[in-house]
Amino acid sequence: MSKQIKVALIGNPNTGKTSVFNQLTGLKQKVGNYPGITVEKKEGVCKLPRGVKAHILDLPGTYSLNTTSLDESVVVELLLNKNDKDFPDVAVVISDVENLKRNLLLFTQIKDLKIPVILVINMADRMSRTGISLDIELLEEKLDTKIALVSTRKGTGIDRIKELIADYKNLSIAPNVDTTVIAPEYFEKLKATFPKEDLYKLWLVITQDVNFMPIEKNPINITASFATKSKSELKRLQQKETILRYQFINGILKQAYKVDINAAKGLRATLDKVLTHKIFGYLIFFVILLTIFQAIYDWSSYPMDFIDESFASASEWVKDTLPPGVFTNLIAEGILAGIGGIVIFIPQIAFLFLFIALLEESGYMSRVVFLMDKLMRPFGLSGKSVVPLISGTACAIPAIMATRTIENWKERLITILVTPFTTCSARLPVYLIIIALVIPEGRFLGLSYQALTLMLLYLMGFGAAILSAMILNKIMKIKSKTFFVMEMPNYKLPLVKNVVYTVWEKTKSFVLGAGKIILAISIILWFLGSNGFSDDFENAETIVTENIKNEGFSDFNKSNIESTMASYKLALQDSLNSKVYALDQAAINDSLRIKEMTLNEKATNQEIASYKLENSYMGYMGKAIEPVVRPLGYDWKIGIAVLTSFAAREVFVGTLATIYSVGSDEEDTIKNRMAAEMDPKTKKPLFNLASGISLLLFYAFAMQCMSTLAIVKRETNTWKWPAAQLVFMSLFAYIVALIAYQIIK
Amino acid sequence: MITTVAHLRRGQKGIIKEFADGILPIKLLELGCLPGNEIELVQVAPLKDPIYINVNGTHIAIRRSMAALIELEIIEDSPL
Repeated sequence: MSKQIKVALIGNPNTGKTSVFNQLTGLKQKVGNYPGITVEKKEGVCKLPRGVKAHILDLPGTYSLNTTSLDESVVVELLLNKNDKDFPDVAVVISDVENLKRNLLLFTQIKDLKIPVILVINMADRMSRTGISLDIELLEEKLDTKIALVSTRKGTGIDRIKELIADYKNLSIAPNVDTTVIAPEYFEKLKATFPKEDLYKLWLVITQDVNFMPIEKNPINITASFATKSKSELKRLQQKETILRYQFINGILKQAYKVDINAAKGLRATLDKVLTHKIFGYLIFFVILLTIFQAIYDWSSYPMDFIDESFASASEWVKDTLPPGVFTNLIAEGILAGIGGIVIFIPQIAFLFLFIALLEESGYMSRVVFLMDKLMRPFGLSGKSVVPLISGTACAIPAIMATRTIENWKERLITILVTPFTTCSARLPVYLIIIALVIPEGRFLGLSYQALTLMLLYLMGFGAAILSAMILNKIMKIKSKTFFVMEMPNYKLPLVKNVVYTVWEKTKSFVLGAGKIILAISIILWFLGSNGFSDDFENAETIVTENIKNEGFSDFNKSNIESTMASYKLALQDSLNSKVYALDQAAINDSLRIKEMTLNEKATNQEIASYKLENSYMGYMGKAIEPVVRPLGYDWKIGIAVLTSFAAREVFVGTLATIYSVGSDEEDTIKNRMAAEMDPKTKKPLFNLASGISLLLFYAFAMQCMSTLAIVKRETNTWKWPAAQLVFMSLFAYIVALIAYQIIK
Repeated sequence: MITTVAHLRRGQKGIIKEFADGILPIKLLELGCLPGNEIELVQVAPLKDPIYINVNGTHIAIRRSMAALIELEIIEDSPL
């Protein structure tokens, strides 16, 4: 394998950097419009002319090499560390034609690091509309680089980038600006102390921590010993450097960049006026949110019903087709039940990501931040917390990653800590099934009780988040300077390709990521539920058959058989009367006898299954925790489902599916099975209003997601915060559920 | 009285005056908030804060407290 050219893509947020990356590598990724959406490390391989290949690294968006956030420090640390395996052979700076001046600031800084650099000017298709004309040759000469004029929207200019990358050895590495003029004496001293080091690089290393304290230590650690200048002095010098660079850039652009001011910019102004209006702004935002919820609960119910039925029949088919045995049971009851529990989420998650992608792509998200900032501040949050809190309705994991754009550490930490309260999509299946079971179907003012309950649960999630933010804001003593600067990107028509790909990518990673856990847990549960160590388990069939012979069926089965037989008898009588079929009394008696036999057999099997489950490993585990969950109105089976949910909430339904279907013939879907579950003591449905509400509340507040805890650990770099979340949220959930159950009961 | 960006009315423009080093975050300077550049107040959020400005062709939102640190000379009256 020949050596690949290592390329780093660098650029300001909102320049279409990710689009360039997609077109170079063919590996389509997310292109967002909310500043800082590219936070993960993205890599790809690009085929260049003459059989050469390039390894492309898409770095987070940054405005300069003066680090002010975690994202930016990723860029700076890479560019300062020659030993990093990703250290680029050539840097490609992406700029957009409308903001060229600002984009060039970053370009000149990278150029001064003596890394070969190519300048890409994107959004060339906008030039005529915005009245911009460019003298590319002059720009190339003055900036001492090679330029590719690109339109990612139209797909032009990409080949030029590839050629320039292949040819990177011919690029000049002379610096653009001499930074030392901002403080000649200081740089003299630096040079004397570190004769071998490059001065500009040294300067960047020294000033790195001035505005931002990275959590991890820098790779080059010579700063501590060189504190000859105070922080504020260094800050001043940084400002001088920025002014110096702008002078250089302005000088060039005066000759090479012309803009016809009369060209239209009316659309943006009009949209801004409406979307950030003091009444219409909030109204539009509210309507958009309503539409999103409507889509998730209403539109997605059709594909969901279909998926539910398909898996129920697939499971049945497997059992009927394959020879009976352990392996067949594993497939039908462990694996298929588990996969069904994952696939059922897909429609809702896809809808949610579709809307979030559209809002980000169009530039609307930034307007939401603008609208909400003042409202969020009393709670110790920032306008930028709104995006994580909204994304949290899909999944807390990307939401917590999205907090990286919040510059203020305290605001960011509070956002991270409260985001898991928002109702994520994993809670949804639990809510939907419990609501369907315990909330009556009536309507209030044209709105169904069930929908209202769901909305209430969402509001409670937000409420808990806001309330705990307020408390945290009061008790946390973190000194952190507030500053809030956010670019308001221009409005764009979302690219269908980008949106479709985002939805696909996000849904896929959710299904695969969460799916692995769910599937593994389903299989473990199946094993624990279908194996036991006691004699009771081994001899379940004899014991139960014996019991039935002596005492008859359980009350539920008894009444079930009676009522089924009664209606069957009526139906037969009807057909006898209507003379549709030529039936005589003997045939009817035969038919009744057969029906009763099947029903008896089914009931027997069910009772054997439930007896087995009770005496399986899982049964013992569940009984062990029953004293803890009993006050909340749960039996040991629900207890197990709650317990496994601490891995991931969405496991709840799958667990119950596994628990209830073990050993029984799965004709009913899970909901009907749950409705039929009786409390052995009270002989009433186990899922009633009190226990249902208690369950809903518990799931609304408890911290039941291992992946979220892991991500919080990563973002805060300590186990302290995730541990606090786990304890506080779960305890709170337990208490609220306890109170609710005891009152309603 | 010192005029700052916080005093602008919607649609009003001003030229940024020299300001003391180190009072503004570097990010604001990077986005073009430099002495001599033109600032226009584009929009004010419904609760009066933050404000949305166009400086040197870049559209950014900042909070009022920060806007009060940027001194300027008003050059154009609001069209109203």
